[in-house]
Amino acid sequence: MGKTIAEKIFASHLVDEPFAGTHVLRLDAVLCHEITTPIAIADLMARGKDRVFDATRIKAVIDHVTPSKDTKTATQAKILRDWARRHAIRDFFDVGHNGVCHALFPEKGFIRPGYTVIMGDSHTCTHGAFGAFAAGVGTTDLEVGILKGVCAFREPKTIRFNLHGTLSKGVYAKDVILFLIGQIGVNGATDRVMEFRGPVVEAMTMESRMTLCNMAIEAGGTSGICMPDQVTVEYLWPFIQNDYPSKDAALAEFKRWWSDDDAVYEKVLDFDVSTLEPIVTHGYKPDQVKTITEMAGTPVDQVYLGSCTNGRLEDLRIAAGILKGKTIAPTVRGILSPATPKIYQDALHEGLIDIFMAAGFCVTNPTCGACLGMSNGVLAEGEVCASTTNRNFMGRMGKGGMVHLMSPATSAATAIEGKMADPRKYL
Amino acid sequence: MKTFGGSVLYLDRSDINTDEIIPAKYLTEITKEDLKPYILEDLKLPGFDPKGAKTREARVIVSRANFGCGSSREHAPWVFEVNDITAVVAESFARIFRQNMFNCGMAAIELPKEKIDLLFSYAGYPDTTMAVDVAGQTVTVRGGGKEETISFAISPFDKALVLAGGWVDYADTKY
Repeated sequence: MGKTIAEKIFASHLVDEPFAGTHVLRLDAVLCHEITTPIAIADLMARGKDRVFDATRIKAVIDHVTPSKDTKTATQAKILRDWARRHAIRDFFDVGHNGVCHALFPEKGFIRPGYTVIMGDSHTCTHGAFGAFAAGVGTTDLEVGILKGVCAFREPKTIRFNLHGTLSKGVYAKDVILFLIGQIGVNGATDRVMEFRGPVVEAMTMESRMTLCNMAIEAGGTSGICMPDQVTVEYLWPFIQNDYPSKDAALAEFKRWWSDDDAVYEKVLDFDVSTLEPIVTHGYKPDQVKTITEMAGTPVDQVYLGSCTNGRLEDLRIAAGILKGKTIAPTVRGILSPATPKIYQDALHEGLIDIFMAAGFCVTNPTCGACLGMSNGVLAEGEVCASTTNRNFMGRMGKGGMVHLMSPATSAATAIEGKMADPRKYL
Repeated sequence: MKTFGGSVLYLDRSDINTDEIIPAKYLTEITKEDLKPYILEDLKLPGFDPKGAKTREARVIVSRANFGCGSSREHAPWVFEVNDITAVVAESFARIFRQNMFNCGMAAIELPKEKIDLLFSYAGYPDTTMAVDVAGQTVTVRGGGKEETISFAISPFDKALVLAGGWVDYADTKY
């Protein structure tokens, strides 16, 4: 009987199986940010165990509120910073070098096919785009990960999503994942790995695959996962070129992780997404979705472009392509947060930042801030935001505020009109 | 091992997320105790008051499907813990929240819908209490002069975590 990619990763990282169905795995990467790590650090110190299992496998960033906005957030940053220095964690990213964790760490080449990855952040599933098993965990799991380099998981039961056809113009990975969450519901993949397959995924860039995997958690999924292929090799090549004699050799190695043809899935779901339209959420759950045709005309107060879902260069290019030579509606506040300093710089060099600023966007530094209502774009009571982020929970971007999730293209068109708008007429 | 039981807070909705349990703006607190006043602050349910006596007196929460979905923040179990709520009984849980509860040595107990409905049928009595016995794998509800005991399934690992007092102690002795 064949194995899925997740089963192969589990088998190769198994440290212990204390009970049937409980797998304690060795971790390749333990990722940390300043919101969920400080309490783990404090607890380790209180226990007299202020140690790290392997400083080279721990990566840390200050990203949720940065630069710090007040004494509390400055203290959180300081705890992480002091800890990283104390343990000589080389891959620590502070102000000037920091960005949204799930954009920054892949960009640095830290995530590789076959890896096990945890972070005290639910959107860790993003890294499955590289053919890794990557799961969000709480602070206690993170703490044990930091100390022991292990984490426990249940059986990696997998739902396979075969995505057939080709995406129409104006339809992107964000629309696909919103559509899929709408199909299976916010707990449709709880305790399951979501394996994304088929020609639509194969044709996607790494950026798009990250967008796809990023929202697996919004269907309850433990990890999204894609097969590591030529696209993966090309993306990672600058970081792995000394490890492999050729790209072909890297690809051959990566393919060992692929799910076997006779792998057993809990469920296999087939979707032809050729006729898919741009998707927008309504209500307060990510599975409440409609087409832009149904939602067009809904007024918004703010348009937010950024986050671990859609703050990458590809997203900025798509939005800038629509905004070029145009200005956003006077009733709308446009906010762009490129997800990392590199994305910001690349966007500057390509002239994208000029386009956004000429259109009337405020460009902020890379940060998670607005997505979870912490800083840099919090909503007031009763306000509505068109957002490229991942959660439309009530009050998520500010108490009493409403969030509609959508693609960068749809958000750009919406910014121009001041109300939800179909991006296809601008392409 | 903690004791699990006492007054019950009924939250009659599915998909209650961790942003509703503890809004992100409070994640800048760096001690668990500081979270205490903000429990369930953003949860809007008919008749529910996050600052009311029912919330204050609660020791167990009973809710519906997919409880604790969304963010991985362990601040959600912590805000329950510092308010002396150490068990949640629901139809199902989001994975990270469920694991966080057990990792802290607390209990996230799943029961089928008809058993949850039965627990909800006690919501109207002023004297309703519940006891969760993790070792014996039973939930007992008492109220209105009635009593029911319901058995539940739990993974042996999660049970071991509760009995060990959480994952840090368990992992530290074992790995």
